[in-house]
Amino acid sequence: MKLKGSQILLKMLEEEKVDIIFGYPGGSVLDIYDQLYKSKIKHILVRHEQGAVHAADGYARATGKVGVCLVTSGPGATNTVTGIATANMDSIPIVVFTGQVPTGLIGNDAFQESDITGITRPCTKHNFLVRSVEELASTIKEAFHIARSGRPGPVLVDLPKNVMAAETEYDPATIKIRNYDVFHKSAPKKMAQVLEMLSHAKKPLIMTGGGVILGKAAAELTAIARKYQIPVTGTLMGLGSFPGTDPLWLGMLGMHGTFYANMAVSHCDFLLAVGVRFDDRVTGTIETFATNAQIVQIDIDPSSINRNVVVELPIIGETKATLKDLIKFLAEHNYTPSSSERKEWMQQIADWREKVPLTYCQNEKIIKPQYVIETLHKITKGDIIVTTEVGQNQMWTAQFFHFDKPNSFISSGGLGTMGYGLPAAIGVKCAFPDKQVVDIAGDGSIQMNIQELATAAQYNIAVKIVLLNNGFLGMVRQWQELFYEKRYSFTDMTYAPDFVKLAEAYGIVGLRATKPQEVESTLRQGLSIDKPVLMDFQVSREECVYPMVRPGESISEMELGTREMIN
Amino acid sequence: MEKKEHIISILVYNKPDVLARIAGTLGGKGYNIESLCVNTTTQYEISKIVMTSIGNQTTISRIESQLQRLVDVISVDDLTNVESVHREMILVRLNLAEDKKEQIKKAVDVNHWKVIVSNDNYVILEITGDKAQIDLALARLEPLGIVDITRTGLVALELKS
Repeated sequence: MKLKGSQILLKMLEEEKVDIIFGYPGGSVLDIYDQLYKSKIKHILVRHEQGAVHAADGYARATGKVGVCLVTSGPGATNTVTGIATANMDSIPIVVFTGQVPTGLIGNDAFQESDITGITRPCTKHNFLVRSVEELASTIKEAFHIARSGRPGPVLVDLPKNVMAAETEYDPATIKIRNYDVFHKSAPKKMAQVLEMLSHAKKPLIMTGGGVILGKAAAELTAIARKYQIPVTGTLMGLGSFPGTDPLWLGMLGMHGTFYANMAVSHCDFLLAVGVRFDDRVTGTIETFATNAQIVQIDIDPSSINRNVVVELPIIGETKATLKDLIKFLAEHNYTPSSSERKEWMQQIADWREKVPLTYCQNEKIIKPQYVIETLHKITKGDIIVTTEVGQNQMWTAQFFHFDKPNSFISSGGLGTMGYGLPAAIGVKCAFPDKQVVDIAGDGSIQMNIQELATAAQYNIAVKIVLLNNGFLGMVRQWQELFYEKRYSFTDMTYAPDFVKLAEAYGIVGLRATKPQEVESTLRQGLSIDKPVLMDFQVSREECVYPMVRPGESISEMELGTREMIN
Repeated sequence: MEKKEHIISILVYNKPDVLARIAGTLGGKGYNIESLCVNTTTQYEISKIVMTSIGNQTTISRIESQLQRLVDVISVDDLTNVESVHREMILVRLNLAEDKKEQIKKAVDVNHWKVIVSNDNYVILEITGDKAQIDLALARLEPLGIVDITRTGLVALELKS
């Protein structure tokens, strides 16, 4: 059967079971959009290409499937770069299709031409420029395979206009892709070493990361922790991979980790690190990180091993398969921890927890941002999917919303992309229309992709925005307060729109709370409306995120705040 | 840890931008490529890249695993610690000025250098050898007056596979 390139693209998307595309049309992709007009695949028209990529990324994080977006050449393509870099840092499987000028014009500085494969080479897992219609089908198949296999990541496919118009024979049964190497090794010898180390450990700790969620290994990790009573801490990306309401859960570690998680990691004598890459925000100074511990690191990507922290025992493999092997091995060898030693270790952690709990100063007059998040958790029982923007809103969410399930905390961890939360929430809500999806936002971040309110309004994608409005770029202000003697250089964002009126102008619902007594009722009202809702919480302006490890210090040295009311 | 030159042999798919990916990956992570040699193998769709980079074992291991992540990379081998032969080549032009002519002819004979172009005005020599041999040749060529020179990157082959 002879088909046009644009038809083959749509056929291949159906083959890949793509049900939704986030996109924005333009000159170079008119042929594709003409095919989409007749297609069953749903298309969400965003208001900026960055929003399309974040939406596809949010969809991917919530479902574990590959997210897809489609944009035009030139500026359409370059507008995707921040979204692609965001997905790349957090290993999120997405495929980005970009239009390109006809092959004969490439290199001519043609209208709306950009060398997008060159631009995105360092921030994609892989990318392709499709030079002829004959290689189109196999390239698309390969793109999806690469995006989802091994350590996942974004793949960009650049589609010249003439390739979309050209015709060729299409037969999905004959499409072959080349083999590419993914690590699947099982390592029985190493299991014996883990057992050996674990048997000698008096203060074991598990550290869970994004690789556990991406590798769908949360159940296995939870089983090991519970069976052998090993406490668990996690990175930002690992939130939800172990139940946040379990007594073994110590909360997040690192720069804004809990006191007890950071103390536990600094004092543990055995650390099982699964699907983590020891980012600098997690470790503090490398020289003082977990110095008392023998570290076992399980990761699918060899380049994550010994990159920042040198470990005693690296195990390269899929997190799920490796943890399954470990569960089996430990059971077969009747590993039983000494209950008295374990009791002592748990008591030590309980003491730390009692000494410096995760808390904040309640206030009768002014809304505390942490209180909003706690209340949201209380009234939803945590059974919602949360996206965040980046900054204080993100850290308070990580601290005060206790995520019990994987894929329920959707946040830009590695790149820290402001403007991520709203479009990501739209992507999540498209995947799970019956689920409550809430973007916990700051007033700085939300304005970076505020235009996506129109997308939510157009399709009635009923995302809920919990805006923690402090009129500051809060996290930067916090650093200025602590490290720059309160010289608030260009972080005051008081000049902002009236967010309630803005919501109404976009045709969605706007609500406002100015007193603590209004928080719960506002949340309840907002969550009950089956439309997009923006809830503007006027929170205390100069609240800081504590604990905080000063940059370049050991994570056992934390600023705990004055624990006094600031406002 | 001791820093030294490592010879890394990489098999890749012969794709238009594979070299850009490799150079970009290393450059972007702050690793330096000292020398480079690329060509297709007996199979046109597969190329071999031999590059050298200076670093300690940890740095080189990181380079290897970064390269291994690339989809177009088939295999990465560090030839430094296996038995292998190494060669570089230089092409060098020497002007046959009256006062140097005899000296140059004598040096060519003594050193068994290969003359590939010779006319009244200049000679072009082709010299191959391992790094030490090339460096020695350069030291001997220096007083003869080098007008122009091209030096290849290092190529290497392990003794047994």
